[in-house]
Amino acid sequence: MTEWSILWDAREIFFNGLIATLGLFSLSIICAFVLGCVLVYQLEDDSVLSKALRLLINLMRTLPFLILAYLLYYGLPQLGLRMSAWTAGLLALIVYHAAYFAEILRGCRLIMPEGYVEAAKAHGFTPLRLYLRIVLPQLVIKTRPLLGNQLIIALKDTAFLTIITLQELTAAANSVQSTYFIPTQAFVVVIVLYWLISICLELALKRAARFGAKRGFDYV
Amino acid sequence: MNGQAWLLLLEGAWTTLWISGTAIAIGVIFGLGIALVRMARIPFVDQLLVLYISLARATPLVTFVLFLFLSAPTFGINMNRNTAAIVAMTLNTAAFNAEIWRAAFLSFSREQKEAALACGMTSRVFFRRIMLPQMISSSLPGLVNEMSFLIKGSPAIAVIGIVDLTRVTNRISAVTYEPLPPILAAALLYMLIISILLKLQAMAEKKANRLAM
Repeated sequence: MTEWSILWDAREIFFNGLIATLGLFSLSIICAFVLGCVLVYQLEDDSVLSKALRLLINLMRTLPFLILAYLLYYGLPQLGLRMSAWTAGLLALIVYHAAYFAEILRGCRLIMPEGYVEAAKAHGFTPLRLYLRIVLPQLVIKTRPLLGNQLIIALKDTAFLTIITLQELTAAANSVQSTYFIPTQAFVVVIVLYWLISICLELALKRAARFGAKRGFDYV
Repeated sequence: MNGQAWLLLLEGAWTTLWISGTAIAIGVIFGLGIALVRMARIPFVDQLLVLYISLARATPLVTFVLFLFLSAPTFGINMNRNTAAIVAMTLNTAAFNAEIWRAAFLSFSREQKEAALACGMTSRVFFRRIMLPQMISSSLPGLVNEMSFLIKGSPAIAVIGIVDLTRVTNRISAVTYEPLPPILAAALLYMLIISILLKLQAMAEKKANRLAM
């Protein structure tokens, strides 16, 4: 059992990694979600901007996350824009997942009954208020399972950032295993931590489902 | 970027494609096997598979590839990089595929089974002739979607030193000192590969919808 006691001594590395992963994850999904909602609002009317945004969203859907991170971290310095691993990783997570959130919400917006929108317009809602009060809440409640899936994908995508030298949970396991040479135990700890985080996310989503059911939007 | 660089990029694309392709091919069949075993509801095995699926879906591919590659030698298993990458990706995608197959199983109509049994088919013949063909059409869109997810996750294998389409950009820029062009070119190649898969998914969806009518 000496390996486990070594791991216990190295708990600070894991703890820092966990904090980094959780920080990256929560900060990026909050920003990505807000950005995604803004994108969908921009897509409401048919303008040149919305066409360009559609193109951008489709572009993101065909790219692996790591390529975007590479572009920001290794590619942009050539244009004189140098970012730390943290900024680049966070920015990549935000942009990438905002596109996916926007795509999920847009898919639901397309099949939303127009009656709500017309009724709200007749009541004199301005476009922004109409979007914030009528359209967006319904979209979010209805697309909850898909948004939840995307959250778990976002959590897993944070692990990619270890490749661009960001010190998060996977990097912590890697540094512990290379120092003490106990790869199995170090990675088992980290995999269990990822598992626990995603279980917590799923429980939170179930709770959200109950909220949606109470409002009559959803079936549990 | 010169012709040499493009050649390297194409080589990287080939590495990505053959490793993911192998993982996809094994993973789809493996997933079907897992779904079949789960439908049999064998007491202890069933819980074990649920645990495996839950773990595999929550573990990032990067972490899993590293884990497999670094800890296999401590168990006395010698794996080279490519094998480790294929095994990790297969185990990852099989868990998702198993869920897709299982959904197809669960939504299969009971009437057809009764009709087939009434016509004197054994359950093995029924599965092969009636159930499997329909399950393939109905779960193909999901399976193709999972394939594009796997290709999007495939840069994870770069972490154990495989020179795939993402990693090769580092190698090119180490010579030219211009990182931007190779990364953009690699992005272009990824876009090409994944848009083909998205197109296939749309076609599969059309076919599955026709079946549903």
